[in-house]
Amino acid sequence: MNSDKRHIVSLLVENEFGSLSRIAGLFSARGYNIHCLSVAPTSDDSISRMTLVTYCTDSKASQLMKQLDKLVDVINVKDLTDETHIEREMLLLKVKSNLKQRDELKRLADIFRARIIDVTDTTYTIELTGPTEKILSFIDSLGKIKIIEQVRSGALGISRGSGSLEIKK
Amino acid sequence: MKLSGSEIIIESLKQEGVEYIFGYPGGAVLHIYDALFAADKIKHVLVRHEQGATHAADGYARACNKPGVVLVTSGPGITNCVTGIATAHMDSIPMIVISGQVSRQYVGSDAFQEADATGITRPICKHNFLINDRESIAETFRKAFIIATTGRPGPVIIDIPKDLTDPNVKIHFEYKKNIKIRSYKVKTSESDEKIKQAAELICSAKKPMIYAGGGVILGKASNELTKLTKHLNFPITNTLMGLGAYPSSDKQFLGMLGMHGTYEANMAMHNCDVLLAVGARFDDRVTGDTSQFCPKAKIIHIDIDPSSISKIIEVDHSLIGDTKKILKKLLTYTNTSKNGINKDALDKWWKKINSWQKKKCLSYKKSNKVIKPQSVIETLHKITKGRSFVTSDVGQHQMWVAQYYKFDKPNRWINSGGLGTMGFGLPAAMGAQLAFPKEEVICVTGEASILMCIQELSTCLQYGLPIKVVTLNNRYMGMVRQWQEFFYEGRYAMSYMDAIPNFAQLAESFGHVGMVIDKPSNLEKDLSHALSLKNRCVFVDVITDETENVYPMIMSGKGHHEMHLAPSANEDIELA
Repeated sequence: MNSDKRHIVSLLVENEFGSLSRIAGLFSARGYNIHCLSVAPTSDDSISRMTLVTYCTDSKASQLMKQLDKLVDVINVKDLTDETHIEREMLLLKVKSNLKQRDELKRLADIFRARIIDVTDTTYTIELTGPTEKILSFIDSLGKIKIIEQVRSGALGISRGSGSLEIKK
Repeated sequence: MKLSGSEIIIESLKQEGVEYIFGYPGGAVLHIYDALFAADKIKHVLVRHEQGATHAADGYARACNKPGVVLVTSGPGITNCVTGIATAHMDSIPMIVISGQVSRQYVGSDAFQEADATGITRPICKHNFLINDRESIAETFRKAFIIATTGRPGPVIIDIPKDLTDPNVKIHFEYKKNIKIRSYKVKTSESDEKIKQAAELICSAKKPMIYAGGGVILGKASNELTKLTKHLNFPITNTLMGLGAYPSSDKQFLGMLGMHGTYEANMAMHNCDVLLAVGARFDDRVTGDTSQFCPKAKIIHIDIDPSSISKIIEVDHSLIGDTKKILKKLLTYTNTSKNGINKDALDKWWKKINSWQKKKCLSYKKSNKVIKPQSVIETLHKITKGRSFVTSDVGQHQMWVAQYYKFDKPNRWINSGGLGTMGFGLPAAMGAQLAFPKEEVICVTGEASILMCIQELSTCLQYGLPIKVVTLNNRYMGMVRQWQEFFYEGRYAMSYMDAIPNFAQLAESFGHVGMVIDKPSNLEKDLSHALSLKNRCVFVDVITDETENVYPMIMSGKGHHEMHLAPSANEDIELA
């Protein structure tokens, strides 16, 4: 109850300028961290969907939900952590790959069902999608292969089953 | 009807029933001022500094429960409002601040008098808008008023670029009152089931206590609170923001609670078994050490803001919604409760409370040599029969008003409780006086606080506001000095106010009446005289004891039962 735990939060917000900074500002003003955050438009132009991950106690998380809900631009908010949900993250990784390493990299990519999406004489660029643990295991498995650049989308979350984050009436 | 952007703004304000705008003109709002010049019905009050405009609008809102409206220019106009907006935000006061912005083509170019108004004010307001097109002006104003005045109220800022107020571009105007904001929802009613459960819990109490805050005043629920409290015969305390929500002269009222609360209120909090918190937010100045807060109590919390529930103190039962409605239902359900109130236990509890009251924790050493600040407030109360509107700044004088001016009605006590803003009192008094031109408005202040917005004395003259300013002049930032005495071994670092102006002369140069009172024997006579000058603004400089401290006091990090009483009254502190 009193120890920090990973919380993944889904939000529907008005797609207006300032919405993102209201949410980011709330985190800094009230002393919460944002581990990762993703924002993108939805099929309704006026609404953006956000997923964010933060580490805090359950009671701080419940207070955070109320504070987020209080923001005028927030249409709906839900802590997905304790319900069955699906999480995905995307990784784009540029690594050094000399001739000797190429086979090994290809094999690793196959094992993790990653795709090599760009090749040069000296580098591979790899795309991988999956839950955060899978992304981290893949990066771990690279061993001594030199990572030149690493881009992660941050977690995206959606609840399992027929339920959805709705526009509350 | 075709109107320019500026005319739409004025028309929208009329539709909202606005009677006063507190403002200061400048480049980016000149079109709006031109439209205002032509408008009847709405009166403009020209302040002398934009901070004064926000505090005046705030004081107006606190006095009459209607939103205060501010109009300022871009850049320094809006940055000067920051303190006033934050003050209103912390105390949940409805306010609309309209700020001009540079024309759209210059936004982001570091233009003359450009500041990111929405960016700067975002963390200190309930909501803000930057208007982007003429067509949305009217709708934005309606939304702003809805947001500012419903749910837990608060300030809303509308930033509007100058080109959108161009008098030569006119568009169709229609003011739609019924608009929906899909992302804004306010829960106003609680389920009967939950209210019934609360009623049963209340009736089961052997040592009950009611703790009511500013939410009762904002929710216009004083009558309902009073009826319920009388019906139950429970003891009640008010927070600093809640004073007046329950009549202070009533025998069930135990005084204010918290850091400078009364012995009986704090002891009753510490020992109660059921606490009914109404429209209060468990502020740190109220709770003291949260781990020792009401250790034996089941807590019921009524509030309109869900995020107030269990924010500081975990509560056992929450009732979220309109305070007035919930209190009304609680009265019904406590009346029809299966078990009824435990009268024997309540009698015992009152006996205990009466024994705490015998401490007379607000007694102080009288003097015929120096004027005791407490006696100034007691005298004011006596002369005005407790009926005045009293505003204050922040510090010792604020606490003494809270302790010694017994407010019997809501909205009469106007002070910056949450943010603790020095400079608030005088402009807030202007707002209150404009809301109630025939009532007596007194600003109790200190010689340090008053200097932070003294320029508004000029506004008082322009609008003939007969405010009475009473300065408890102890030559120190008194509360700072008190903390330095207690916690810094008497090293009074920079808290001495050297080079204090001659306030009486200063007031006269502003066109008002200036007075000095420095003898206890003259206090009542001279204060009565000052208050008898009905049509004049009078500045009364009262020279008070510089060594006096505010008691009782709970040192930070301590519990309610660990109060320090005034040395003279401090023979033995009884622990629970």
